[in-house]
Amino acid sequence: MEFNWTLVGQMISFGLLILFTMKFVWPPLTQMMEERAKRIADGLASADRAKQDLANAEKASADKLREAKQQAAEIIAQAEKRAAQLVEEAKDNAKAEGERLLAGAQAEVDQQVHQAKESLRQQVADLALAGAEKILRSEIDANKHGQLLASIKAEL
Amino acid sequence: MSAENKEAPSATDYILHHLTFGKIHLGKTSEETQVPEGAKAEHKGNFHLDTFSVAMVLGLLFVGLFAMVARKATPGVPGKLQNFVELIVEMVDKQVKETFHGKSKVIGPLSLTIFCWVFLMNAMDFLPVDLLPTIAQWIGYTFFGADPHHVYLRVVPTADVNQTFAMSLTVVLFIIGFSIKAKGLGGWIKELFTAPFHAESTGMKIALLIPNFLMQMVELIAKPISLSLRLFGNMYAGELIFILIALLPWWINWTLGAPWAIFHILVVTLQAFVFMMLTIVYLSLAVEDH
Repeated sequence: MEFNWTLVGQMISFGLLILFTMKFVWPPLTQMMEERAKRIADGLASADRAKQDLANAEKASADKLREAKQQAAEIIAQAEKRAAQLVEEAKDNAKAEGERLLAGAQAEVDQQVHQAKESLRQQVADLALAGAEKILRSEIDANKHGQLLASIKAEL
Repeated sequence: MSAENKEAPSATDYILHHLTFGKIHLGKTSEETQVPEGAKAEHKGNFHLDTFSVAMVLGLLFVGLFAMVARKATPGVPGKLQNFVELIVEMVDKQVKETFHGKSKVIGPLSLTIFCWVFLMNAMDFLPVDLLPTIAQWIGYTFFGADPHHVYLRVVPTADVNQTFAMSLTVVLFIIGFSIKAKGLGGWIKELFTAPFHAESTGMKIALLIPNFLMQMVELIAKPISLSLRLFGNMYAGELIFILIALLPWWINWTLGAPWAIFHILVVTLQAFVFMMLTIVYLSLAVEDH
């Protein structure tokens, strides 16, 4: 063991190495590693955020879907109701129209029956008159019995 | 394996040769890697060229590699080299953050430098004990005409007390600096005389000035000595055992060499880690109030 100038020389060497490490090695490396740690942390955070966003979006879309289904069901129900209503109305209208037509027809039939009756009465009266005339021509004076004939005619 | 020189040196010569530093004498002669016999009286002016240059090459290797990676470092997907560098930096950073609770821009780089540099210097033990010295002898003989017996090279800088003490004394300077920065110059000096023994009355305080100061000095001196001698002792012993193993015949060499080298991987890493860890602990003690 001997101590000599090597001691001083190596202290200087050591000092220079420390200085160099302080300036050019340690700061860039630690800074870079911190930056990477930050990047990874950011990445993880944004992944979490994305997961949360996805969950939210899924929930929102499920909500929307449910709402849409509900609306669709409502619309269909309304449409069905409206269709039933329309059918009902049409039925009513048809019934009314039918009744109206029936009534018209009935009225016409009645009228025709009445007319037929009238004309038949007329014809029967005419025929009776003609028959009576033929009978009476031979034995009855038209002037004498005219009043009687008119009353018979009115009774027919 | 062993240096089979023409004169076939004895085991003692071989070991001594391996344990002699390649040095120059500052002020008198700049003859490279020469050591005059019996120069013990003058070794104050010596300078260990081998310790200096090996440590410097390894230090430059460390900062060069790390600075290169740091320059190209990307916070995106790292490459393999960057991964490796990050692994070390993160390990050091974790140790610092767990132990040191103050704020400092120095302690991280300091710890990283200590760990990597000491590790690399310790790892020089894994090279075959004769590889670099033989190359140095060949270069010295071929290019400088030096006698191979007088070309010395010790390849493990941490097996040189100068190296380990240089580091531990620098650490002590940091300890003092951290203390002064945390407590102020007055606070630091005051603490030198009022801790670790506390007293209520003024009389007792005065009585405890000297014991306190002595205790503080013991603490301050014990730290660098234990720090540097621990590393030095481990590496010196390791190196010596490698040299002794190298003295065995070549065909039996591996039976001891391989296990010792494998075990030494642990020692090398552990010593680098311990030096770093204790530095962090000392510095965190320095900024805490007693």
